[in-house]
Amino acid sequence: MTDLTATAAKDWASDQEVRWCPGCGDYGILKAVQMLMPDLGGRPENTVFISGIGCAARFPYYMNTYGMHSIHGRAPAIATGLAMARDDLDVWVVGGDGDMLSIGGNHLIHALRRNVNLTILLFNNQIYGLTKGQYSPTSEVGKVTKSTPFGSLDQPFNPVSVALGAEASFVARTHDLDRAHMIETFRRAREHRGAALVEIYQNCNVFNDGAFGAITSRSARDEMLIPLVHGQAIRFGKEREKGVMIDGQGRALIVKVRDVGEEAILVHDETRTEPGLAFLLSRLSSGPTEPTPVGVFRAVPRPDYGGETNRQLAAAQDKSGPGDLSSLLHSRPTWDVA
Amino acid sequence: MADLEIPPTGAVDLDRVIIRFAGDSGDGMQLTGDRFTSASAVFGNDLLTLPDFPAEIRAPAGTVAGVSAFQVHISDHEITTPGDEPNVLVAMNPAALRSELGRLAVGGTVIVNTDSFDERNLTKAGYRSDPLTDGTLDRYSVYEVPMTSLTKDAVAPLGVKPRDAERSKNFFALGLLSWMYTRPLEPTLQWIEEKFGKRPEVAEANRTAFRTGHAFGETAELFDHPYTVKPAVQTPGTYTSINGNTALAWGLIAASQLAKLPMFLGSYPITPASDILHELSKHKNFGVRTLQAEDEIAGIGAALGAAFGGHLGVTTTSGPGIALKSETMGLAVSLELPLLIIDIQRGGPSTGLPTKTEAADLLQVMYGRHGESPIPIVAAFAPSHCFFAAIEAVRIALKYRTPVVLLSDGYLANGSEPWRLPNLADLPDISVAFATETNHVSAEGEPEFWPYLRDPDTLARPWAVPGTPGLMHRIGGIEKQDGSGNISYEPANHERMVHLRADKVAGIANDIPLLDVHGDVDDGEILVLGWGSTWGAIDGAVNRCRARGQKVARAHLVHLNPFPPNLGEILRRYPRVLVPELNLGQLVKLVRAEFLVDARSYTKVQGVPFTAGELEAAILKELGA
Repeated sequence: MTDLTATAAKDWASDQEVRWCPGCGDYGILKAVQMLMPDLGGRPENTVFISGIGCAARFPYYMNTYGMHSIHGRAPAIATGLAMARDDLDVWVVGGDGDMLSIGGNHLIHALRRNVNLTILLFNNQIYGLTKGQYSPTSEVGKVTKSTPFGSLDQPFNPVSVALGAEASFVARTHDLDRAHMIETFRRAREHRGAALVEIYQNCNVFNDGAFGAITSRSARDEMLIPLVHGQAIRFGKEREKGVMIDGQGRALIVKVRDVGEEAILVHDETRTEPGLAFLLSRLSSGPTEPTPVGVFRAVPRPDYGGETNRQLAAAQDKSGPGDLSSLLHSRPTWDVA
Repeated sequence: MADLEIPPTGAVDLDRVIIRFAGDSGDGMQLTGDRFTSASAVFGNDLLTLPDFPAEIRAPAGTVAGVSAFQVHISDHEITTPGDEPNVLVAMNPAALRSELGRLAVGGTVIVNTDSFDERNLTKAGYRSDPLTDGTLDRYSVYEVPMTSLTKDAVAPLGVKPRDAERSKNFFALGLLSWMYTRPLEPTLQWIEEKFGKRPEVAEANRTAFRTGHAFGETAELFDHPYTVKPAVQTPGTYTSINGNTALAWGLIAASQLAKLPMFLGSYPITPASDILHELSKHKNFGVRTLQAEDEIAGIGAALGAAFGGHLGVTTTSGPGIALKSETMGLAVSLELPLLIIDIQRGGPSTGLPTKTEAADLLQVMYGRHGESPIPIVAAFAPSHCFFAAIEAVRIALKYRTPVVLLSDGYLANGSEPWRLPNLADLPDISVAFATETNHVSAEGEPEFWPYLRDPDTLARPWAVPGTPGLMHRIGGIEKQDGSGNISYEPANHERMVHLRADKVAGIANDIPLLDVHGDVDDGEILVLGWGSTWGAIDGAVNRCRARGQKVARAHLVHLNPFPPNLGEILRRYPRVLVPELNLGQLVKLVRAEFLVDARSYTKVQGVPFTAGELEAAILKELGA
């Protein structure tokens, strides 16, 4: 029996003590999700949070929903099974950059390409927190950590680029210091039918403090964050004096609006079938020290995997009727012995 | 049932015959063997088959590496093995002769396709001289038949392309063997019609080749007489011919219905398990969801996710896949959710012998995990038994909320036998109830749900599925407080939980059948203890030893963890215990460790099953007879 009474944010918080480090960006993300939930109109019993391993992966314990804290990297795979089996549920996946892009990278890209109906929150802090400070697949080249005393050699992943390359139908980016932007982005992701990936720039104040400060701090945001709003020219700066244009060679460039004229500024269209332009936007910055787009990069309708699975099941039942075990056992040549 | 054709005059009765078809991978030998088997099954023989094919899809043509063989044992009485030594070898090329001749009984019959015995093929097969003339075949009855040219000549008037004509030669061989052993023609003709109906020219070529082969036997005056192998006396009922993987897939569908739960299969293709995925993918009208996952880990992960959602979660694989799944198996132990993990064993380690059989994963599934991580194990012993083993494994998983491993192997997976269809009313009700109510009261007097508050009898925890109001809870791989399921790092609690998980699995011993002993139960001088696909060979060997006057008992384990509660008593009852295994002695280690009995091991790891003859000799040796 579904309870139709409205919920409040507190109905979505479990009774478990939250055990992230004081000052961790995860608190803000948890709060944003708990505040959003009543607005979405869902019920705690119909909502499931699945996580892997890592600091972010403790998330399900703090939500008063069904939840599974699974094993490192496997949350998208486990959630795929749950979402295929139960398309009546709201299934969320929560994990960090190591969890989802390193040990679980394979599962993430396949959940995205299949378009499993999942809302995936990727907490990107560019560091391994729970194992105490090794570099991650999103750490910048040259990062000095316990495991890279001479600097890391690895080219980092850009999670938005990875998701776009993996045929994701919904890709967005937000950050942990802007609750309103997080809530709006999560809402969009949740309302998208199919796999929705949200990269959240999240500060690890213990092992990678200030990794995003150059773009997400209040004082920097106007100049360093490029808001993507569907149907609007991509402009930023205190006076919206800067913008993004595509030049004659197909490059995305940051320009001064007055230099090129307003009509030259790219109007954001998150519904483009081809992901190429979204990919260009994802490459505007090479890291969180340069002007970086935030918001919804891509949101295109595509049939979701669980729905398509159920469609095939229904079609098979329409064609052959519900399965009959006796008919199955007699479906190959049989003979009788008297 | 097909009409029995009147045996030609002078047909000689045989009580059984073992035929081995061998040719190049592209020669269609598996199909030929399969059709001969089907016709024999419909005819009413008891039978067992042993397909034996290379891992390469198309190894270089004409080489020994590319030889594909199919052995079938047909009989007028009950048999339990695909036969020790073939009586008849059909060799479609020199490589097949070279690869398979050593298996043939001395004095056996060799039928060769002489068209393929040219210099090039002889060289490819590694023959320096022609075995047809150099004395190699002196100890055998050899029939030289130019199958390719006879087939080409016969189908030429149909306007079939020479290449297609040549490809029909396996039907010529099938026709010839069908004459030799008086097989009914109708099942094969009907099958050709069904299979190739959409390509009439191919159907006609195959039909013509088949009839030509049959007529050749009858008219060529090469053979003295045909043989008959009369139908076996079988228990009345309706029969079908089944292999282990199909039986297993059908058993899963049956289990899903008996449990009243939709099934979810998460799987990654791997030989020899893939056919289960293929079969289940066909039956969506049973509500079966199948996911061909991105890897083995995702296969089991998705199945576990579906189990959390209240579905019957299943994953299928072979030994290397178990290795990849083992971390998730540990999670399933910790989550205490029902999950079925199916291991169709093959030769290992690593890629090993992917298309050959072995049973060396027992200790892997028993112990191959991190931490104290007990998992019940069920093993099928015959192709048709895979059906019932699947139901039993699911029963245990659901009732005890535990991952369960079901072991089969390449021999059972691909081997076929006649199967008397079960009466569906005799199958057990294995349904379980989801939790719908809170089960605890908090210190503040509020009703609450404790996901790890156990059933005192089974020690199973409640299965509360998402969507159930009021029972929201979080589970995970971190150690949980007994009862509440909240995270707990408390030392005594961890020890308690480790014991509870172990006790839960150990307690299943009270809920499985006692082990049956067969043969000389009361005065046996030796007990032969087996598990898995060795059943048929052990049965055959024990019967032979008893026919020689030896006192031999045998018992076969279906439940390998926990063991049946009377196993220790049975082991101590006999002066000697012999454990034949297709590994280097895995069960024998378990029983020696658990029961302190001096059980002896007899092993074979050649990628092929035991023969009854080998085991007969092993038993006699152990008895000093």
